[in-house]
This record gives sequence, structure tokens and C-alpha cells, in this order.
Amino acid sequence: MDIVDVYVFVLAGFVGYQVISRVPALLHTPLMAATNAISGISLVGSLVAAGSGRNTVATVLGVIAVACAMANVVGGFLITDRMLRMFRRTGTTNK
Amino acid sequence: MSREILTQVTYLVASVLFILGLRSLTKPDQARRGMNLAALGMLLAIVGTLVKTEIVSYGWIAVGLAVGTVIGYPLGMWVPMTAMPQRIAFSHMFGALAATLVGVAEYHTDLTEGHPISGAKMAALAFEVLFGALTVTGSFVAFGKLAEFLPGRPVTYKGQNGVNLALAAVAVGLFVYLIIRPEFSAGFYLMVGLATLIGLFLVLPIGGADMPVVMSLMNSYAGLAAAATGFALGNEVLIIAGALDGASGFILSVVMSKAMNRSFSNVLFGAFGSVQPTTARTAEGMTVSEISPEDAALQLGYAKSVIVVPGYGMAVAQAQHQIRELAELIEKNGGEVRYAIHPVAGRMPGHMNVLLAEANVPYDRLYDMEEINDRFGEADIALIIGANDVVNPAARTDPGSPIYGMPILNADMARRVIVLKRGMSPGFAGIENELFYRPNTSMLFGDAKASLTRVIAEVKAA
Repeated sequence: MDIVDVYVFVLAGFVGYQVISRVPALLHTPLMAATNAISGISLVGSLVAAGSGRNTVATVLGVIAVACAMANVVGGFLITDRMLRMFRRTGTTNK
Repeated sequence: MSREILTQVTYLVASVLFILGLRSLTKPDQARRGMNLAALGMLLAIVGTLVKTEIVSYGWIAVGLAVGTVIGYPLGMWVPMTAMPQRIAFSHMFGALAATLVGVAEYHTDLTEGHPISGAKMAALAFEVLFGALTVTGSFVAFGKLAEFLPGRPVTYKGQNGVNLALAAVAVGLFVYLIIRPEFSAGFYLMVGLATLIGLFLVLPIGGADMPVVMSLMNSYAGLAAAATGFALGNEVLIIAGALDGASGFILSVVMSKAMNRSFSNVLFGAFGSVQPTTARTAEGMTVSEISPEDAALQLGYAKSVIVVPGYGMAVAQAQHQIRELAELIEKNGGEVRYAIHPVAGRMPGHMNVLLAEANVPYDRLYDMEEINDRFGEADIALIIGANDVVNPAARTDPGSPIYGMPILNADMARRVIVLKRGMSPGFAGIENELFYRPNTSMLFGDAKASLTRVIAEVKAA
């Protein structure tokens, strides 16, 4: 572990706080679905665990983790889009 | 080396696209495009990982990706909007499970291959599995309560907080000891086990109406577990995405807690809906006035300004389409209809907005509490559908009430109040709502969807 990672974490948390505090309550459910989808980024860890063939335990746990994370990626982005598609202004139609 | 650079470039681009995607959610009309960018970022990061030299076989990876896609597609396309809270809770569980398993795999590999684990890496791994495992079971219980296969009421027993504190103390003790002696694998797995118990015991005592806070907290924990994974693996895109998720969950938790005028610890350890002696005023000696669908139609049909206050009861009755139909009729008669959304209406942050948007209500008619609270005084009618505690004036006036101090929608300030409700049962906190007994309030009893259907028919006939 590198001290630079701590900088990255703190700065990313700060950016996240600034950006997300401006998301209106209107879109809080899509926001949660979106962060769920983004949390699927743990794929970058699980893919390596599943594919580096170092030991059976790591492979098995890695494959399960890949499936879980991928379910969040696919399901998360799809449902976020499905929700955002429904939000429309007066006088416009959706679909 | 060049492959490594390629990987890093995709991670960097993905990080930027994630931030842009979340930023797009500040504007409803740009949000879809922004989230498409975030999805592109995810795709890049996956490709960037697959080209890594550490990956030697793709067979099992393909299986995992295929299984995940098969599970994810229905979670994305088939789940109805009313089931959104339990679906999101379910996903928190998946996300946390993935992070936990990666942490366990990494620890196991380091131990069996004899790599020395530094104190810092051990701290990151321990944090990852601790928060990950806790979120897995905590989210599972939340999912169970929301999907109603576990009791939604708070499950409490004597000495609950003592047991939780003892479990937490042992887990923290193991955490510290592992940093000093990382090879103590029994302690590592015991800690994972304890964390799953803590998650279970933490959420079981929390009642259905407090779910928005639990959902937000679990969102935050899942993010922090992902960030810890990044620390353990030295992977910056994981750290960034985890920090973003953690920040998002944290912000939502604060918003939700404020909207209930309660602290985190009060939600987590208070078990609000349980036995709670109060000195709140009771409804004895007060009477309610009932209204028929015909009379309600007469009033609503010619109202100039109506503010609808939806609550969880609307979602239960699936009445959102009827509300929109009624609103269109009122607008055709020259009236104006707005919707007042309390932050904790429903079972997760923003739940009501999504349901109303699905029913084709334009989002510029949906107002936050702060935006609309001063407008109730000008409204002819406040139409309350399946909401209770969020319009209880006792929160303003009765210091003996358990919800005293909670910010509420000022529905009682409207000239007339019509309340759609099944019966006179009090809200989740078991508190009488004196709004229902006021002289300018009329109660329309029955299933909200059925009542509204009759009101709509009457307005059309008039």
C-alpha cells in the first residue's frame, strides 16, 4: 500500500462529496442505483482473482465475485437508465 | 510494460467518466447521457483488466461474466419500480459480497504463497472484509424486510445493544491483533464470521419506516469496502469508485437522518417503533369528519390549487396512476396540481419521485419539502395519500411527541385537507395524528386506488 493511495482516496471522496451533494432529491433513487452499478468496478479485483490461476480457493471465490459484480454492473446501469428515461418535463412525452 | 500502461489509461478514463456520470445526475435532462458515459467507463475498465498479464486463463472468467449478466439483466429490466427498494438492497448485498470474496481470496493467496503481508495491507484487507461481510448480511435483512419475507417491525430483545457492542469489541480486537500478526488466519475468518453476525443484529431491530437510512448506510459501507479493496490491491480506480460510492451513501444518510430529526446512532440503536413511553397527546374526545367520494370529487374538481402529498401507502395501494389521472382532470378544469415530496416518504431516498415519474407525472411538478412548504397556505386542498407522520403537526407543536422537531410538510396550512387512508390506525411510530381531527380535514376511508377511481368517475360525470 502506498501513501499516494490515501491522497487519491481523500481527493476522490472530496470530489464525490462536492458533486453528489448537488444531486436533487428528485434523482436520489437513480443516484443510488448508479452508485450500485459503479460499485461493480470491484470487477477489476475479482477478474484478476478468478483468472490468475494461483490457487483453487482464489479461483472459486474470484468467479463468484465476478458474477456478483457483473450482475451489479449489468443490472445497475440498465435500471438507472430505465428510471432516468421516465423523468420528463411538462409538455414532453417519454417513449 | 506497454500493456500495464494501457490498463492504467483505461482505469484513469473510467474514473473520470464515473465522476462525469454522477455529475450528470444533477440535471435530469442530461442524466441519461452521463450515465451512458459511466457505463462506457466500466466497459473500458473491464477490458483494461482482461488484458493484464497476470490473467492466464479466461474460461472461468467467462463463466462468471455470463452468470452475472444472466442475473443482472432481469434485475435491470424486469423489476417493477414499486420493488425498487428491495432490489437496491439486494444489489448492495451483491456488491459487498464481491468485495468480501476478493479480500478473502487475496488473503488466502498471500498466506499460502508465503508473501509477507504488511501491516497497512492487512489493515485494508481486514477493513474490507469487516465492512463487506457486515453489509452482506445487513443488506440481506433489509432486503428481507422490504420484500416482506422477514418481519418489517423492529425485532428487539433485552440486552440487544450489549450483545452488539460485545461482538463489535471482539471484531475490533481481532482487527488490531491481525495488523500485528497477519498470519493468524483463524482470527481473520472469525472476524469475517463476527461481521456477518453484526450486520444481522444491526438491521433486524430497525423498522420498515427507517429503511431509507439503512439503505443509505449500506450504500456507503459497500463503497468503503470497495475502496479498501483498492488499498489492499493497490488499484486506484477501485479506490476512486469506492470513495464516490462512500460519499454518496454518506450524503444520503445525512439527508435522511435530518429529515427524521434523528442521529445515526438513534436510528441504529434506538429501534424507534418499539415500546416507547410517551406523553404525547391522545385523540380521546376528538372526532373525525368523513367525506364521500362524491363530495371529494366536487371539491377537487373545482379547486384552483391542489397539493398532493404521497406517502408509502400510495406505493402499497399502487395508486400513482390514478393520482396522475385525477391531476389531469383538475388541470383540465383550470386548476393547478403540485406534488410535495418529503425526503423520507417511501422506503428509500427518492422512492416517490420514481413512482410518480413512472406514472407519467412531469418532474417539474414534484417539489422538495423546502420548495413547497410555504405554498400550502395558498392551496385550496392538500390531498394526502398514504402519508401520515410526515404531515403530523405534533412535530411542530407537541414537545411530548416522539417525532417532535422532525421537519414536516405543512399540509395543515392548506384551506382544506382531504386524507385518503385505509382506517384510523396510527403511523409506524404509533403516534396519533391530530391533523385528522381538525375541522378543515375530511377523511376519505378505503383503499386509495379504489377511492381515487371513484373520485375520478365523479369528476368526469360532473
